[in-house]
Amino acid sequence: MGDSILLAHGSGGRLSHELVEKTLLPFVANQELNKLDDSAVFEASGRLAFTIDSYVVNPIFFPGGDIGRLAVCGTVNDLAMSGAGPLYLSLAAIIEEGFLLSELEQVMRSIKEAAQEAGVSIIAGDTKVVNRGQADKLFITTSGVGTVSPGVDIAGANARAGDKVLLSGTVGDHGIAVMSQREGLEFSMSLESDCAPLNGLVAGMLEISPRIHCLRDPTRGGLATTLNELARQSEVGIIVEEVTIPVRGEVRAACDLLGLDPLYVANEGKLVAVVDPGDADSVLAEMKRSNYGRDAAIIGEVTSEHPGKVMIRTRLGPSRILDMLSGELLPRIC
Amino acid sequence: MKFIDEYQDSRLAKGLADQIARRSTRSIRLMEFCGGHTHAILRYGIRQLVPARVELRSGPGCPVCVTATADLDKAIALARLPGAIVTTFGDMMRVPGSASSLQQAKAEGADVRIVYSALDAIEMARANPEKEVIFVGIGFETTAPTIAASILKARREETTNFRVLSLNKLTPPVMKALLDSGEIQLDGIICPGHVSVVIGSAPYAFIPRDYGVACAISGFEPLDILLSVDRLVEQVEGGTPGVEIAYSRGVTADGNRKARELMDEVFEVGDANWRGIGIVPDSGLALREEYGRFDAEKAFPVSLQPPREPQGCRCGDVIRGTTTPSDCELFGKLCTPERPVGPCMVSSEGACAAYHQYGYPDISQGFESKT
Repeated sequence: MGDSILLAHGSGGRLSHELVEKTLLPFVANQELNKLDDSAVFEASGRLAFTIDSYVVNPIFFPGGDIGRLAVCGTVNDLAMSGAGPLYLSLAAIIEEGFLLSELEQVMRSIKEAAQEAGVSIIAGDTKVVNRGQADKLFITTSGVGTVSPGVDIAGANARAGDKVLLSGTVGDHGIAVMSQREGLEFSMSLESDCAPLNGLVAGMLEISPRIHCLRDPTRGGLATTLNELARQSEVGIIVEEVTIPVRGEVRAACDLLGLDPLYVANEGKLVAVVDPGDADSVLAEMKRSNYGRDAAIIGEVTSEHPGKVMIRTRLGPSRILDMLSGELLPRIC
Repeated sequence: MKFIDEYQDSRLAKGLADQIARRSTRSIRLMEFCGGHTHAILRYGIRQLVPARVELRSGPGCPVCVTATADLDKAIALARLPGAIVTTFGDMMRVPGSASSLQQAKAEGADVRIVYSALDAIEMARANPEKEVIFVGIGFETTAPTIAASILKARREETTNFRVLSLNKLTPPVMKALLDSGEIQLDGIICPGHVSVVIGSAPYAFIPRDYGVACAISGFEPLDILLSVDRLVEQVEGGTPGVEIAYSRGVTADGNRKARELMDEVFEVGDANWRGIGIVPDSGLALREEYGRFDAEKAFPVSLQPPREPQGCRCGDVIRGTTTPSDCELFGKLCTPERPVGPCMVSSEGACAAYHQYGYPDISQGFESKT
């Protein structure tokens, strides 16, 4: 058993400084952070986007990622979904006493790699250590700030009848990859989480069409919940075709086994875009050029019928309501 | 995807639906026993594919839904015992009992955990030797064999802190009870696929013989269900009710002997209390005398107040098939998946949850034609 985090690492004293300087800073060092001042000071101009999110994923390491990669990508993606180019992140970690230093370093390495890929710097940070049992290994909160280019106006309320609904790739990969590692449910598969920063993909899409109406990443609650949010916010109806929604074979098989619907399973590297019908094909082509949009598809359209509701034309032909997720996703028993 | 796409092919579905329409000449009522079938029927839009004169009514095949309030109260009382860990399947957590739910008890400090199999509960018992791990065993002939296997494992490994609250129920006896009640006229029953994998087709033979009601055992893919409806319509129209296996890739006449032997070894058949139906003779599974030390009821007798049923809730009627979810006045108003009044709105196999999730009866009222 290697070195682990002690309560003293959070005391604010010598061990705290050691933890910051030896374990944390080396991974995310930059001029601003290295000053170790009370706050970061930076220049910015124009319209800013600002967001925050907490990450409590269990288990913290899963196929295709870990809590560190998730904490960077999640906040970067929240900024990107507002059409903002991410600039800076802040990061706070709450660590349970006894957590292995080696695991903390592994998480920091993921944070470093994800931040590099997304092109953002972490310029403010905080660490707390709590008694064993008062947190589950490691919780991370990140906030982020980014700039929105002039003319870009992306909001959940902007969908209009006639718009096309685009999806950047397969759904359910993250949720199933994490679930496959849960206690009592371990099953082996080659599937990995789709956890990825989408700001590059979004930048490309905005270059093709600066007037994209809505962008949203279908995380918890899955694609179905995201579509319902957009329908409600924009007071429009949405109709999607089940056969056009890409789902990996492994995800479908796992969902069948567990009694889940992939449309309700979480994603961490996918986005839904609502775009003017005239721009749909060119935006789709641009998405397919990106690493994170290769399987992109037009999955449906916006209608003035049934405002606030989402309909899905099933594989068999008939349509039905596609509702929001209710309660928790639980495997069936029979 | 291989072995899934084949059973969801829209062209084949259309062909079967057309065949059903051609065969069917009069109004008939079929009951899909299993909640899994209700969900598949609504999820894939099978209602809209078959003619309206072929009515599909959901039945009692939802393990969480048929668990009596008194039994749920018992599970909650066990969870409140000091040193107890109560384990159960996820859906049970949220079902309201007389005054509380397992979820509520958990929030108040009880140790209630979701497991995916009784075997997980044994692992938990071994990892927590100072605790009593109680598994709340619900389900039909599908979950009973693994629960039996877990009890045998506990005996083999001399695990002394593992108990089962046995609420398992049997399918054919409750079908008989429904048919005997005369409350609902049925022409055919879509029999449960997974249950039949275990028990085979033979135990349904009394249904066409004694009641003249057609039976078809169905899988859970949309084409399985359409095929079963087709077989039932043919039986009913031809006046030749029987038991057909429309799920031949999973079910034989004899079922799975090994699974039944496991059940027979550990359980004996006894009366069971069904929500909405009451005591049904020979429809439950109790632990045999020699496995009595694993019986949570014997190990921890709890005294309970008489159960209180939720006011206005018609889950009992929905379970018996005498009403449809949307006929309940609470449906979608006072009773929603977020604030369920009765179990049929909680369980992923509950009829009310299915109607609510897939937007029925909006579609049958012409919503479809507008889109």
